[in-house]
Amino acid sequence: MNSGRIFGMALLGAVLGTAAIGAAQAADPPLKVGLLEDVSGDLAFMGMPKLHGSQLAVEEINKSGGILGRQIELIHLDPQGDNARYQEFGRRLLNRDKVDVLIGGITSASREALRPIVDRTSTPYFYTNQYEGGVCDASMVSMGAVPEQQFSTLIPWMVQKFGKKVYVIAADYNFGQISAEWNRKIMKDLGGEVVGEEFIPLGVSQFAQTIQNIQKAKPDWLLTINVGAAQDSFFEQAAAANLNLPMGSSIKVMLGFEHKRFKPPALNNMHATANWFEEIDTPEANDFKKRWHAKFPDELYINDMGYNAYNALYMYKALVEKAKSTKLEDMRKVIATGDACIDAPEGKVCIDPKSQHTSHRMRLISVGPKHEVTVEKDYGTIQPYWLGEIGCDLTKKNDKDQYTPSHLPSKS
Amino acid sequence: MSAELFSLFYQFADVFAFLILSAAGLAIVFGMMGVINMAHGEFIMCGAYVTVGLVNLGVPLPIAQILAALTAGIIGMIVELLIVRRFYKRPLDSLLATWGLSLIVTQSMLLIVGSAVRGIGTPEGSFAIGGYTFSTYRLVLFGCAVAVLAGLYIIFMKTRFGVIARATMQNAAMAKALGARTGRIYSISFGIGTALAGLCGALYAPTMTLIPTMGATFVVESFVTVVIGGANVLLGTAPAAVFLAMIRMALNASYGQIIGQIGMLFAVILIIRVLPEGLSSVLVRRGR
Repeated sequence: MNSGRIFGMALLGAVLGTAAIGAAQAADPPLKVGLLEDVSGDLAFMGMPKLHGSQLAVEEINKSGGILGRQIELIHLDPQGDNARYQEFGRRLLNRDKVDVLIGGITSASREALRPIVDRTSTPYFYTNQYEGGVCDASMVSMGAVPEQQFSTLIPWMVQKFGKKVYVIAADYNFGQISAEWNRKIMKDLGGEVVGEEFIPLGVSQFAQTIQNIQKAKPDWLLTINVGAAQDSFFEQAAAANLNLPMGSSIKVMLGFEHKRFKPPALNNMHATANWFEEIDTPEANDFKKRWHAKFPDELYINDMGYNAYNALYMYKALVEKAKSTKLEDMRKVIATGDACIDAPEGKVCIDPKSQHTSHRMRLISVGPKHEVTVEKDYGTIQPYWLGEIGCDLTKKNDKDQYTPSHLPSKS
Repeated sequence: MSAELFSLFYQFADVFAFLILSAAGLAIVFGMMGVINMAHGEFIMCGAYVTVGLVNLGVPLPIAQILAALTAGIIGMIVELLIVRRFYKRPLDSLLATWGLSLIVTQSMLLIVGSAVRGIGTPEGSFAIGGYTFSTYRLVLFGCAVAVLAGLYIIFMKTRFGVIARATMQNAAMAKALGARTGRIYSISFGIGTALAGLCGALYAPTMTLIPTMGATFVVESFVTVVIGGANVLLGTAPAAVFLAMIRMALNASYGQIIGQIGMLFAVILIIRVLPEGLSSVLVRRGR
């Protein structure tokens, strides 16, 4: 009997001990990562890889011990491409769920809708798309490529190879308008000529008139910064009308994988500068692609936004672990040292202290008649230098503004 | 000069075809039955997806397109039987019911088929006039739009079904009293309407990106055409499409797509302000 009682006590002790260990773990709650990505609506085909990239990174980080020993809890909401929902869900994640970091947004319109809400909190926000550049805001870290990495490489190359006359087709919202402004500035510096610019309302899918306007203007090449599934119909219709002009873009191929969605040769002769495209053939990139496709076998294409979304979580991990804190101000102290770097599948990328944008290894790619992708030129690592040059310095002053070539910081 | 003239015609034909093909189905369902079918865009999407699916299975494009239109028509008749029929006396509720259907279908397609489907490519063929090159397929679309109008004219003006259908439209109770099976008339009319929506999707499928929400790109144009056209398909929708196509073509050519779209919608506001019953109210009155 006695031995039985002792055994019972031991068992009780063991149970309590386990409970105590459980309690110790519960005292270290998971880090909450708020994610806003469209997985329904018009941009779902681009947003889906962003969700997948985030899920893959969270799974990998959790398996290897989390961040500072804490697991990550991913809270994803689907704003369905609606900017008002971005704001509503953004408030919900920041104020109710009290997330430690907010990630996401596809269009520049959704980012600008979110930014004022993020700015009222002390939560860091990661924007993971390539975009038109210029946001100088201490709350935001930009993981994607910007015009000095994409347009300052692509446009001179296109001018040299195809000629000085360009026609621009752009989506009619802040991304398209500001990207077109960048093109005007760079073309002017190169002595080129913008023979036409057409801004297209989102959702427009018929381009017969645009195609004729282009033929009337007789450009040497086209800059296509049209956005969304409806506007992408341009490529099919231009090919059917035998327009046959070289094209350049900052968002085609690696972002919208039009070369996978359209039947060849609709995307023939398209050129783009990218920090990531699935056809990159390096050991690190191949390893990354293998892990991705193992988890998501049905993925049509790993696009650059999905890749940047994956990197964002690793960058967040690096910042938190170096700062030994999840507070934005402590993380920004790490960024200010210039030592906020990770080894990404494209190579080493670092956050620039002045602008909080990311350096990237840029390559110029072209699409052939069978939609095969070729690397035309490797630019190596390019810093996001433009904001720093025009006077944005987040280590000294938080402007909370977006600058463009025609809207520069006032000199004070 | 002749190149410029042809270009004007081609652009007009292109916008006209888009308006007629996207609006015809909606106009029939609205004109015949007074039902505003908010799932119209989803029947267009259905036509497009069936076409691409069949072409990928090796079916020749024109046959795939006809089968896609028939599929949309049959699904439409099933939807009429299960849902729309219950709402004939409650037009506002039918609007809500079809809208709900539209949301369910879009989201289900996203979950089942995925967010994007690879396109099939436009049938080859282009020709050059002056400095311009044109896609032959766009003229085929124009031909189809004219054929749809001619077909509707024959069905509704020259057949026995058409006579009974028009009688049902004017006074359903009296038609029923005279022995017309109005329930079947409604079912067939709804089927014709959704088959035309499916045909629109089938015809535009090769020229577009296929995503579950693609119907939405047709919906604005189809609704404004029906709204300013009024309840009569032949005397309303067709003149409305001619009128809107002229405005849009002229503005697109001179000022680009943004002004083209703004101008078209502005014209719509003006017309419904002056003619609340739509263009057909004037034309039908003249005809009497």
